[in-house]
Amino acid sequence: MCDTCGCNITKANQHLLKPGGKFYRTAEGHEAVTVLKGLLSENDHTANHNRQHFDKHGVLAINLMSSPGSGKTALLEATLDALKQRFRVAVIEGDLETENDAERIRQKGIPAIQISTGSACHLDAHMVHDALHQLSLQDLDIVFIENVGNLVCPASFDLGQHLNVTLLSVTEGDDKPSKYPVMFRASDLMLLTKTDLLAVLDDFDPQRAETNLRNLASTAPVMQLSARKQIGMDAWMDWLQQQKSAQTERTRQGQTRKPAIQPDGPRMHAAMHAP
Amino acid sequence: MHELSVCQEMLQQVDRIATEKQAISIDSITLHIGPLSGVEAHLLKQAFPFAAAGTRAQDAQLIIETLPIRVRCQQCGAETDASANRLLCGNCGDYHTQLLSGDEMLLASLELTRNNQEATHV
Repeated sequence: MCDTCGCNITKANQHLLKPGGKFYRTAEGHEAVTVLKGLLSENDHTANHNRQHFDKHGVLAINLMSSPGSGKTALLEATLDALKQRFRVAVIEGDLETENDAERIRQKGIPAIQISTGSACHLDAHMVHDALHQLSLQDLDIVFIENVGNLVCPASFDLGQHLNVTLLSVTEGDDKPSKYPVMFRASDLMLLTKTDLLAVLDDFDPQRAETNLRNLASTAPVMQLSARKQIGMDAWMDWLQQQKSAQTERTRQGQTRKPAIQPDGPRMHAAMHAP
Repeated sequence: MHELSVCQEMLQQVDRIATEKQAISIDSITLHIGPLSGVEAHLLKQAFPFAAAGTRAQDAQLIIETLPIRVRCQQCGAETDASANRLLCGNCGDYHTQLLSGDEMLLASLELTRNNQEATHV
């Protein structure tokens, strides 16, 4: 059997030598290489590294995503007062410009790192990695990452968090999950915020918002709250408590957790198309 | 903006593979992009020449294959087509489905010209 006359090509391996096959090579030194790796594997590598940092110290990392103005910072302000009694918390703030949000968090006596993304519409794992160097994770229990207000791009970038929480304020449309499926499909929890305003809004139906989320094959819980009026905060605080306990347990067993998004899709797809 | 940074990340990966394979040029890059991936194929195509300029991939052809959104129902087991904001089972309508394809953001394959004796592309 040799590599020159083709006598080593059998029925079983000839697909590897055809165009698209693993060993396909034309004359003139051309070669086809099958890769089947995520386009963002550089980012994902750093994200996993960040997750290892969190896990090493048993820290729970939560990524908050929403459109601008749906109340991410207000939710954090309302949450931190109660949460800091029980846990050591820090916040990483992502915005295009200003330190405003980090200042608001620091006024609560909580360490906050501001990432100014310039014109970038999302945080990525490298930015979060740099921010982590400014935090002492060994002294923390929970880190919130407040992503750039944007319902599109942040969904594509793993930061190393364990959970994605997506906020939908009732002043937006209840069809947002249908309009931004990539984002809402990635939610481990959907929070309907500013619900004190439901009384004066006749076009937002919380049930319809949940149905639109279920249409994305999501089983994530849905909670309603108002940070300003302190309505519905107990269920959210209980959820955080449960998630922190789950993270402590995972850390003890040497396990970790990635945020929602059915990861089997690309893998199954890759397996189906592998040579 | 987003597609440009995706393109830049992808090209870093491509360049590393090309170095491993001792390629002198990259002839084509094939991507699999699903409707649920969060990136737009036509924007990637627009971003590509800017990201690739000055790299070994600057003359490469960018081929983007889009795969249909398919789900498998965890209740009735059917595999059906679905749309981006309606991932319900096409057979029984249940929402407990698993995505089979449609969220890919994969670097699928490359065609390289290697720096060997037979190479006519130098």
